[in-house]
Amino acid sequence: MKHHSILRIITKLLIPLILLFALYVQFHGDFGPGGGFQAGVIFAAGLILYALVFGLDTASEVIKEWVLMILVPLGVLIYAGVGVASLILGGNFLDYNVLAHDPVHGQHLGILLVELGVGVTVAAGLTTIFFAFAGRGRRNPEGALITKAANPTQEPQR
Amino acid sequence: MSTLIDLILLTLMAITAIAALQLKDLFGAVMLTGIYSLLSALWFLILDAADVSFTEAAVGAGISTVLMLGTLALTQRNEKSPSHPRILPLFVVTITGAILVYGTLDMPAFADPQAPIHTHVAPHYIEKSGEEIGIPNIVTSVLASYRGYDTLGETTVIFTACIGVLLLLGIGRRREDDES
Repeated sequence: MKHHSILRIITKLLIPLILLFALYVQFHGDFGPGGGFQAGVIFAAGLILYALVFGLDTASEVIKEWVLMILVPLGVLIYAGVGVASLILGGNFLDYNVLAHDPVHGQHLGILLVELGVGVTVAAGLTTIFFAFAGRGRRNPEGALITKAANPTQEPQR
Repeated sequence: MSTLIDLILLTLMAITAIAALQLKDLFGAVMLTGIYSLLSALWFLILDAADVSFTEAAVGAGISTVLMLGTLALTQRNEKSPSHPRILPLFVVTITGAILVYGTLDMPAFADPQAPIHTHVAPHYIEKSGEEIGIPNIVTSVLASYRGYDTLGETTVIFTACIGVLLLLGIGRRREDDES
């Protein structure tokens, strides 16, 4: 995509806004529509847009695959960790009331952390899935066309 | 006026779905499913489900369209014509659809305030979530707190999907990869 200057410039302008909007949706989910899942999806969409316009290699430089590999389970661990923390503090699993001195404050804290976990896993997970799909065709040195011809038996599965 | 909008939207959705079925060009079909998702996002918005609409627009129209295009790049652009007769699938689909429609006869009327879903725990959420959770968006209260287990399960589903795709397609092993 060397020559699509309009696409590249508009993308450069849009991506900060998309990522910022994702963070807004993440942390404003208590008050308006949205939450961790939507925020994660929007964040991933921003990264995927970047990868589409500037190429997979540039995008892999921006966010390394090993970082994604850590972030995907990290979100689930944050979520489950909040549950375990509330167990240790004497409540039921995922009972946020015990997380702080005041039950309502505990609920706020718990929801914030839990939504963060959801957002992290969704953003990293969807980006990883896209990278896996987009990187697939080019992984063997012969290129995507060879992949298609090499295993024709896998296509007509219905 | 709102009935007119409903009619137009639902008609457009039906047209898009049928067109996506008919197209042999899969690229066009993927684009049509994206349009279908956008229309259903609008439809959810009309039904006052802003959170669902949000998700549908981002996932259905955005990410899944891109993933389908990525899949197309790995396979073929045109649909193969079916090798066996279509009578049996048509039969199965008709029977299943008829059973589903029969099932809806037992459901409470649309927006019936006496429906079980509106009388079980929903009043508690609406009346008490302000004191118990203390955040204005009841949807978030239900998702993250009252139904925290379910959301943990959903997050695990995303995690599992990611692991599954990685196992099937692989990532980060571009150099020494020799696929069989």
